[in-house]
Amino acid sequence: MSDRLRGYTLFASISLLILVVAPLALPAFRLDELAKYLCFAIAALGIGLAWGQGGMLTLGQGVFFGLGGYAMGMYLKLHDAGGDLPDFMVWSGVEKLPALWGPFGNPVVAIGAVIVVPVAIATLLGVLVFRQRVRGAYFAILTQALAAAFVILLVGQQGLTGGTNGLTNFYDVFGRDPEAESTQRGLYFVTAIVLGVLYLGARQLVKSRFGRLLVAVRDGEDRVRFLGYNPATVKTITFAVSAGMAGIAGALFVPVVGIISPSLLGVVPSLELVVAVAVGGRYALAGAILGAVAMNYAKTAFSEEWAGGWLYLQGALFILVMTLAPRGAVGVYQQARDALARRRGDRPPPEPEPAPAVKTPKEVPA
Amino acid sequence: MESLLNQVPIGLSIGAVLLLIALGLTFTFGQMGVINMAHGEFIMAGAYTAYMLQGWAGGQAVLVALPVAFLIAGALGWILERTAIRHFYGRPLDTLLLTWGVSLVLQQAARDLFGAPNVQVDAPSWLTGRIEVAGANLPYSRLFILGLAIACVVGISVYMNRSRQGRRMRAVMQNRELAAVSGVATGRVDQFTFFLGSGLAGVAGVALTLIGPVGPSLGTYYIVDAFLVVVAGGLGQLKGAVIAALALGMLNSFTEFWTDASLAKVIVFAAIIAFLQFRPQGMFVLRSRALT
Repeated sequence: MSDRLRGYTLFASISLLILVVAPLALPAFRLDELAKYLCFAIAALGIGLAWGQGGMLTLGQGVFFGLGGYAMGMYLKLHDAGGDLPDFMVWSGVEKLPALWGPFGNPVVAIGAVIVVPVAIATLLGVLVFRQRVRGAYFAILTQALAAAFVILLVGQQGLTGGTNGLTNFYDVFGRDPEAESTQRGLYFVTAIVLGVLYLGARQLVKSRFGRLLVAVRDGEDRVRFLGYNPATVKTITFAVSAGMAGIAGALFVPVVGIISPSLLGVVPSLELVVAVAVGGRYALAGAILGAVAMNYAKTAFSEEWAGGWLYLQGALFILVMTLAPRGAVGVYQQARDALARRRGDRPPPEPEPAPAVKTPKEVPA
Repeated sequence: MESLLNQVPIGLSIGAVLLLIALGLTFTFGQMGVINMAHGEFIMAGAYTAYMLQGWAGGQAVLVALPVAFLIAGALGWILERTAIRHFYGRPLDTLLLTWGVSLVLQQAARDLFGAPNVQVDAPSWLTGRIEVAGANLPYSRLFILGLAIACVVGISVYMNRSRQGRRMRAVMQNRELAAVSGVATGRVDQFTFFLGSGLAGVAGVALTLIGPVGPSLGTYYIVDAFLVVVAGGLGQLKGAVIAALALGMLNSFTEFWTDASLAKVIVFAAIIAFLQFRPQGMFVLRSRALT
């Protein structure tokens, strides 16, 4: 089987598994949980694009996830309130609807904002940072600081954002009861299809000329600049796309899980997403998705049994993956496949691509 | 006006703590290209050292803990460097993620060892007073932190500029290969720098016990700000770290005073981004002919 055909078969069978087998086999409660993992997978896909393909380690995807989530949550809150103030505002003594909230009463504006706001903020940050050739670890640190500041802002502006509790208690999701099984199933399908579409789109992007340029920027930014391209533009666009994906993920997360709060968005949750991508395999988009679903499943399963153990396990797993298999599960799979092919001796295996990040240590400051 | 003046010692002492934390980060980052997220847990280790010594040294725990915490945190850092980080040289982003895994494990270990609730370390009685200068309150504890930071900076600066080991360290920082071919054992220099930087984090942890309670996630509150100090000050730059840390501490405490705590962080972040527009590589830059 050619690689291409194998790819299509794999995609088709996984789609079948997600769209047909899982809904039939899983109880509604577990299906809802799976929908949550798929939301994280959408955000992870964005990280896979920005980090795996573009080399931009973004530790602040929680910010964009949150912006999308809050945009959706604000609409749902206003819709529930039906012209009055949302309940949490009444509790914190706000008397008039803040101007920021006004436009979000309109579902079209709110859904537009889910994408536009994260993309706009990422573009602004990207232009300011990448144009000055701030990169690598500096960029990672800045995005992490952004995540920290964002969470503190959300918690502090109690009357505007619901503070630590965030936005929750939605009674009406686009005319449906969010607790009903049919709604949960419907949301599951929506999430799965959005993930599939975004995956295909991201894959197309990676395969395009732009994608090649992106990988080139990752592996040798200065060389790309000498060839006459502007790496800052390439990076900014990719960063904005990945932010948009995180925004969409956040917006889907809100009706699926029924809450958006600062504790879901800070430094640690953002890093957890990156960890999931690394464990799954950062250089393959599918690895990002796989990692997000697997790690979040493991987290739920483990936390049900032994809460503290998860942190040990996550930390240990992470140290092991970074030391032994920096290309993640997908990398391990590829190595195993090549080794198997070599043993069977049916054909000389294709020279395995050297993992780009695993360079021999030479110039230390990056 | 008086309360405004009161912000000065607060800002200075926060800046001093940030400085102690950032010194270790800026050297490991500048010399080895390592972004050590577990640095925050070395702070925590230092703080818990003071807590543990309380039973034995009583009221003087903070003073006794300073050298002990330096050694303990330094040893932790050294072990981390030997067992894990040295395999990652040249891959800064991977060290970031690796050390984050380490930091998760250390935090959970602290939670299991010392319990999740915060603990309190009592300041020595001679640090509880305060003096008034021009209407501003200067608590002794904050002055002590400031003095500690000054002592550490002077020590580091003497070490870097006067000692043989410090000269080797600067050599490795400026040009690793050239230092290596000139006979500097770069690996050994790396180990010692890591020990020193981590030890300073431990000292910062002891200082933090004078400001507030100690908990397993103590380090995470400061690590992000400390990294911002590194970014703004420039890699491996003592002068840059001092100025950036004090500026950040003051900016933090004054914006918190004028607006509120939640907006302050956003303003500080915006200020850093704005600063990077003029100085993308931080305040001071190590001149080199290297491309990146």
